[in-house]
Amino acid sequence: MDHAATTALRPEVLDSMLPYFGSEFGNASSVYGWGRRARQALDSARDTVSGLLGASSDEIIFTSGGSEGANLAIKGVAWANQNRGKHIITSAIEHHAVLDSVLWLEKQGFEITILPVDAEGQVAPAQVAEALRPDTILVSIMHANNEVGTIQPISEIGAIVREHGAFFHTDAVQTAGVLGMSVQELNVDLLSLSAHKFYGPKGVGALYLRKGVRLNPLIHGGAQEKRRRAGTENVAGIVGLAKALELAQEEREEENARLIALRDRLIEGLMRIPSTKVNGSLVQRLPNNVNVCFEFIEGESMLLNLDLRGVAASSGSACTSGSLDPSHVLLAMGLTHEIAHGSLRLTLGRDNTEADVDYVLQEVPMIVERLRAMSPLYQG
Amino acid sequence: MYSDKVMDHFTNPRNVGEIADADGIGEVGNARCGDIMKLWIKVDGDVITDVKFKTFGCGAAIATSSVITEMAIGKTVAEAERITNQEVAEELHGLPSVKMHCSNLAAEALMAAIEDYRKKSDKTSAS
Repeated sequence: MDHAATTALRPEVLDSMLPYFGSEFGNASSVYGWGRRARQALDSARDTVSGLLGASSDEIIFTSGGSEGANLAIKGVAWANQNRGKHIITSAIEHHAVLDSVLWLEKQGFEITILPVDAEGQVAPAQVAEALRPDTILVSIMHANNEVGTIQPISEIGAIVREHGAFFHTDAVQTAGVLGMSVQELNVDLLSLSAHKFYGPKGVGALYLRKGVRLNPLIHGGAQEKRRRAGTENVAGIVGLAKALELAQEEREEENARLIALRDRLIEGLMRIPSTKVNGSLVQRLPNNVNVCFEFIEGESMLLNLDLRGVAASSGSACTSGSLDPSHVLLAMGLTHEIAHGSLRLTLGRDNTEADVDYVLQEVPMIVERLRAMSPLYQG
Repeated sequence: MYSDKVMDHFTNPRNVGEIADADGIGEVGNARCGDIMKLWIKVDGDVITDVKFKTFGCGAAIATSSVITEMAIGKTVAEAERITNQEVAEELHGLPSVKMHCSNLAAEALMAAIEDYRKKSDKTSAS
């Protein structure tokens, strides 16, 4: 139950990719038959993706994934537009691909505003409006948060940013294939996504770049992707991305309804455990996201116990964040360090059933009870 | 990432609990960084006869707490005092390097319990 981390490649997607690992191994830049066929596959994938986003095909840049997409969007727009200003706005709960890119730009002389979020992890459009300055060139706010699943008012923020004349990027890594992806409705100038989050392959992503937005490449050395991203194209990966996104968008309404029912069953069951708190919004929430904090226990020990029972999950505890501090998202939402260490994230997906949910609901209370009995913070 | 011995102590922790009439109690760490260890010791003559622990923390924190109870029981206070965090990690067949500093506090908890025991016994002998 860790589908926000990654998902299994769908068999249909694998089938669509296989020819490009085998007989159709051509370089899309070559003029002969193999090259032309690879080019056709790329063009067709690009048309599919741009169609699903409501964009035109020359507005799609294929990348190596979500992190490259965010880096390219932020650094690329900042470098190419610094003559217009050097101010960038983002939020405190962004993925590190966005936050660290912005912080790196700060070291290069850009000025950064990091907006706070409310207790449910939402960015207020009014705060974006207040933070905009004449020299603001870029605003980057994620479509939905990867840890707590809070969906941001992207369309509303986008309208404010556009009115002001700055560019707007959204990190849609958690929402591609889940929410509506029309770049017109979202009012975005840039949107990044990653295939492995929607049952596509790892190592491939896409960046939507609205026509007319200037962008410097991160990778130089070839004419690929209209000189915005050099390097021989990952044809198989790109074909897989397009197939996976197509399937996900086709099935999303039905699948979302199923996941929401499972999600709510899971949240309701977990909330029966005493001293437990749900993190994030109960309304503006991704269909597959459950995130709770159990007081008096630490997340990693919970994950190890769940793993021993065959359940894959994730936590915002320091041990799992790879630093001494727990999740920057939970802290930004106002949780104390103590509480944030006890967070558990379960993210549902295609292969999860009601039986899986019930199994987790049977195991988690026992694990929590066992760890609490061991905790010096817990007074029975 | 954890050795089998860490996982064994994590899944079947030894000597969990409290000692009501403990001779020394030590607590180290803080909830902010995600690890708190509390250790109770019972001393007879100068030999540690019982150790119990309660720990809030990750797998490494729980396993180091558990293994140090086994290492300390039966040792004299002077011997137990010399147990280092490094030895605790070795007893567990190693800890991931990121855990060596944040979650390897068991020897310090034992030391704190021994200090507490000394303070209490000094008071007793003084009165």
